[in-house]
Formats: sequence, C-alpha cells, structure tokens
Amino acid sequence: MKNPLDSLWGTIIAGVILTAILYAVVKNVLN
Amino acid sequence: MDLVPIFARWLHFLAGVMWIGLLYYFNFVQVPALKAAAADNTAAGITKHVAPRALFYFRWASLVTWLAGAALLGGQFVNAFTLSKGMAGIGVGAWLGTIMLFNVWGLIWPNQQKILGMKPATDEEKNKARRIAFLASRTNVMLSIPMLFFMAGGWSHRGTFGL
Repeated sequence: MKNPLDSLWGTIIAGVILTAILYAVVKNVLN
Repeated sequence: MDLVPIFARWLHFLAGVMWIGLLYYFNFVQVPALKAAAADNTAAGITKHVAPRALFYFRWASLVTWLAGAALLGGQFVNAFTLSKGMAGIGVGAWLGTIMLFNVWGLIWPNQQKILGMKPATDEEKNKARRIAFLASRTNVMLSIPMLFFMAGGWSHRGTFGL
C-alpha cells in the first residue's frame, strides 16, 4: 500500500479524516 | 484590562501564519519545484538562497507560535493539556501544535541541515535525511488540518459543532 503522505491529496484527505475522528472523540468521549 | 491575552493571541496568529504559511510553501511549492528544477539543474538557486531563509523563519515562527499559545492559555494551560472537560477541544489543538513543534525542531531542522550541507553527511545519510524530513513535513501538513479546526474553535464552532 502506498503511503498517503507521498501525495498532497493523500495528505489532505488523511488530515480531514483525522479531523473527523478527533472531533468524534472530543464530542462524545471528552466533553 | 488584561493585556497579556490580547498580545499573546495577536502574536500567536502572526507567528502561526508565518509558520503554517511556510509549511504549505514547502509542501505545495518548493518540493514540486525542486523536482522540476532537478531535471534542468537549476535547483541550486532554491537550495542555496531560498530554503535556508525559509527554514530560518519557519523554525523560529514555530517556537514563537507555541510560546504565544502557551501564554494565551495562561492559567488554563494544564487543563488544556490534560484535556479537562470544556478544554478538550483547544487541548487537542494544543497537543497537535506541540507534536508539530517537535517535528520541526526534532526531525525537519536536523535533517534539513544535512540535506543543505550545513552539517557533514554522506550521500546515503542525505538520502535518508531527505525522506525523514519529507515525511515529517507532510505529517505536519496533515496535522495542521485538525489543529486549525480545533484552534479556530470560536462561537461558530460552538454553535455548529458543540465544541
């Protein structure tokens, strides 16, 4: 499997997915 | 009127724009430009004259951003970093910014020194340094996306996302 960080789009998509995951954790677990 | 949070927030934004602006410059402009420049042997202009200057402002802006952010958190610093109730949103942003600061000073800068010839390194070491610096820089672009989401959590975020 290719490293998503090797492409700019892969990096941006990974960042958006990470945002959604962290948001869900903050909203449902930490807040 | 407490002047510390006013100036800390201002400085945090000013330095943060410079830090993340240069991070995006490296990833969106310089890396593809160097690839193209290597093909016609014109990369020296970038590596000799542009990259060292950009790296200087990049690394110091990262430190100023973090320190101004810490000053802005003030008495809530520990609550943010321990992700206490009500501070978890900004706390996640602060943790992401801290990881990014480590990437700048612990991974990107030491490896860029080898790549740019500021520190002695063999060709093999330079190739390894190039890959580590590239991945650390790309990691920071990825982390900047949630970091800015959680840092920018003002009224609109509270209203829409409940943060």
